[in-house]
Amino acid sequence: MVELQRNKERDWMKQRVMVASLCVLIVFIMLFLRLVYLQLIKGEEYRRLSETNCVRLKSIKPSRGLIFDRYGELLVDNRPAFDLVIVLEDAGSVPDTISFLSSLIDEPYVDLMEQIQKTGVGAVYKPIILKKDISRDQLAVVEAHKFDLPGIYVEIEPTRHYIHPKTAAHLLGYLGEVNKKELESGHFPLLRAGDQIGRYGVEKSFESYLQGRRGGRQVEVDVNGRVVQVLKTVDPEPGNDLHLTLDLPLQQLAEDLLKGRDGAVVALDPSNGDVLVMVSSPAFDQNDFIGGISNNKWRALMENPGRPMINKAIQGEYPPASTYKILTAIAGLEEKQIDGRTTTFCPGFYTFRGRRYHCWRKHGHGRLNVVDALSQSCDVFFYLAGEKIGVDALAQYAMGCGLGRPTGIDLDHERQGLIPTSAWKRERFNEAWFPGETLSISIGQGFNLVTPLQMAVFTAAVANGGTLFRPRVASTIKDVHGQVVAELEPEIIGGIPAGQNTLDLVRKGMVDVIQGDRGTARSIRIKQIQMAGKTGTAQVFSRKTGEKFDSENQVRTLQDHAWFVCYAPAQNPVIALSVIIEHGEHGSSAAAPVAGTLVEKYLGLLEPEQTADAAPEG
Amino acid sequence: MMFDRRLLEHFDWGLLLLVLLISGCGLIVLYSAVMAGWQGHGLHSLFERQLIWIGAGFVVMTGVLFFDFRHLNKLNLIIYGVCAGLLIGVLFFGQSGGGSQRWLSLGGISIQPSELMKIALIISLASIYAATVSPEGLSFRQLLKPAGICLIPVGLIVNQPDLGTGLMLLLIAGSITLFVKVEKKVLLILAGLSGCIVPVVWFFGLKAYQKARILTFLDPDRDPLGTGYHIIQSKIAIGSGMITGKGFLQGTQNALAFLPEQHTDFILSVLAEEWGLVGSAVLLVLYFLLISWGLNIAYNCRNMFGSILAFGITSMIFWQIFINIGMVMGLMPVVGMPLPLVSYGGSSVITNMVGFGILLNISMRRFYTG
Repeated sequence: MVELQRNKERDWMKQRVMVASLCVLIVFIMLFLRLVYLQLIKGEEYRRLSETNCVRLKSIKPSRGLIFDRYGELLVDNRPAFDLVIVLEDAGSVPDTISFLSSLIDEPYVDLMEQIQKTGVGAVYKPIILKKDISRDQLAVVEAHKFDLPGIYVEIEPTRHYIHPKTAAHLLGYLGEVNKKELESGHFPLLRAGDQIGRYGVEKSFESYLQGRRGGRQVEVDVNGRVVQVLKTVDPEPGNDLHLTLDLPLQQLAEDLLKGRDGAVVALDPSNGDVLVMVSSPAFDQNDFIGGISNNKWRALMENPGRPMINKAIQGEYPPASTYKILTAIAGLEEKQIDGRTTTFCPGFYTFRGRRYHCWRKHGHGRLNVVDALSQSCDVFFYLAGEKIGVDALAQYAMGCGLGRPTGIDLDHERQGLIPTSAWKRERFNEAWFPGETLSISIGQGFNLVTPLQMAVFTAAVANGGTLFRPRVASTIKDVHGQVVAELEPEIIGGIPAGQNTLDLVRKGMVDVIQGDRGTARSIRIKQIQMAGKTGTAQVFSRKTGEKFDSENQVRTLQDHAWFVCYAPAQNPVIALSVIIEHGEHGSSAAAPVAGTLVEKYLGLLEPEQTADAAPEG
Repeated sequence: MMFDRRLLEHFDWGLLLLVLLISGCGLIVLYSAVMAGWQGHGLHSLFERQLIWIGAGFVVMTGVLFFDFRHLNKLNLIIYGVCAGLLIGVLFFGQSGGGSQRWLSLGGISIQPSELMKIALIISLASIYAATVSPEGLSFRQLLKPAGICLIPVGLIVNQPDLGTGLMLLLIAGSITLFVKVEKKVLLILAGLSGCIVPVVWFFGLKAYQKARILTFLDPDRDPLGTGYHIIQSKIAIGSGMITGKGFLQGTQNALAFLPEQHTDFILSVLAEEWGLVGSAVLLVLYFLLISWGLNIAYNCRNMFGSILAFGITSMIFWQIFINIGMVMGLMPVVGMPLPLVSYGGSSVITNMVGFGILLNISMRRFYTG
């Protein structure tokens, strides 16, 4: 019985194994036939293909997205650059070819050979770049002798081109070659060694939009490496175009006005935070960075005392000086320490705990209220106000107004400035806060630090009724066909913690700075419209040391920074500005005229020939 | 365990010889693949490592011979549980490599639990089917448990994501199930069911990029700069070998780095280029003998568990060969699948050697029943 069962099982197993064996046999016969097909029937053809290695892959770089200003004016595009490459396999005798080439294009033989050695001889079919971006003359010579230069090819490479060199350099940024670490990080799956990526400015912040997608071609080439037939193509996807909020003519004017001076200008649209102008002077030429900046140029940039590689608009941290009085006034009014009727008598100084704190006007301002104090920038009035408000309440208002924290602009390296509190000082210096220090910070001296961008955002908020906008550098991103890919909406990041009455008083003070008979910036007054602003003169060094300096240069670096913030027109503002001129001495004489000229230009009040005259002396 | 002299008498020298021959061929081809166009001194480290892996593989294979394979039947749940545990471990503590998380580091040794899972799944399925098999075939209810046992690891592995190994598990499980026979109506129902589910998943369950990936997988020409290009170069390499090949170390496609992954998945193109139709046919014949040998072991075993186990192991080897060779010759979609005993890679060598060890084990104990 058991035996019968066993036999039955054996038969069953035999049948299953037979079926399986049959399947296996069929599969192996199929594989064998495929081998016969490839190696026997098509063998000749594949042998020929393998001997010339004629099926190759050529990569097609995508063209990077263009950058436009707010009016659709092209700022950054791509131009063709001609790279000289060699494919070793096609070159015949490499030393002969290279030495002939070197005599033709007048480049040292060793330099060219070094490029080949650097890449290594393993990749005989991969083009090795001998020289990037050759000149038109070199191109002409190479093209004329191309039949005597086997294996030497000219590859056309789209290269970044900044149409207005140095204009908005810090905002636009520049490109650099992607490094090994970035490639290995996996953040840039589409990039390969040798590709360029944004290194600075919006080129970096909007990299993912601008980059595009690489394509390629499967090509068949002949024995000399020339393309006979394109087998398959995957088109590259061009990067998306970036439309900035920048106003190119205004930016260029601002750069002209700052020429030869160190400083920054930021202009915003108070209604939405659009960055109309962002100047940091001195600037650099972005075109120098293409294909790697030369050592000499880089050293010159690094050694320039004006620090051209710093975007002073967002990285420069300066004492706000008297421009801070706007904030002290807001805090005092809101904290009910002062009101519109409060008056103070300014004899030219204020004695606090046995020490004299001077007003900038030696003989004093006499009796004045908050509006007068703003317009004449009286220090004594704000010493008293600040003393009553206290350091920590002041700091709270400053933070509420967007100072002491980054504005969140889409640019790297933004600094946050510094708004001191008593707690901060204890932690930083392990020291209690001295009441005398409150007097200093209430007029914007002391530990306070702000960036020109922060002051512009704050001024724009005063202008628009209290809304703090995140500064917006780009408004739209469009694809190559003009379809909108992304809209970057204005973004509210906070509001000035103040009521309507407070803002009205502050704005009246700011209008009087320019329109008032004793206003500190009355020199920039124009007939057509009213402006509102505030001057500032930031002490770089305490003058009390009384040391003497011989060299003129040293004296210059001890001169004060000139500040001016303003908006216009006073009633329905369309532009808010912040200007700082390093070592410009007085805000009223150095910074205010710059802002005034820009306002006139933006509002179309400037006669074209007036532009040059209006530029103040450097 | 007492040493049984019969074991030595019944030892399957033929299978051992086949394994040795194929490993030998593999090393010769791997030598070409890594040494051609190499500028360094001495042996390429990949070749040295593969030597070590094959040596270790033989040690492991020998180790597998020393216990009665029927113990695996009793231990199947534990083995399965441990492997499933390791797979879950990968989910939480695994190391990433090449975009997926497959490796687990245990005391300095990196292991790939998905490879071990292949063997564990075969053992478990053999154990279940050995108890339920009948000449009429399995009913729908009898298939529920095996289906669950199979789908848990498949889900975990596909999630890593390692589509190749996941697909492999499904193929092995499917082959074993068909081998032990299912009722005709169940087969029809399953076919109908999947016919309904696939379109639904395709149109509603998958995102565009997932569909694109599957389409490229089925048709490499959709990706002419990636896999499509690889396939063309692979076909040129194979075809250009013609009848007798270009000779040892003479393969130009190989040496000039036109072949992708020439030491792992695309190693057959190196063989075909350098040794021609003759060389490729020799390897194909060796593989065919190996598979037939495995099926013969399944047939000769007097123990139902042993038979199914032997079949399962053989099917594992078979699918690797079929998919790899089919892929390299442009017959199959491109999926990471090594060629057994020839492609470089420690996990693959060790897993397959364990498999051969089990086959030898079953073969030498083929007269054991019950």
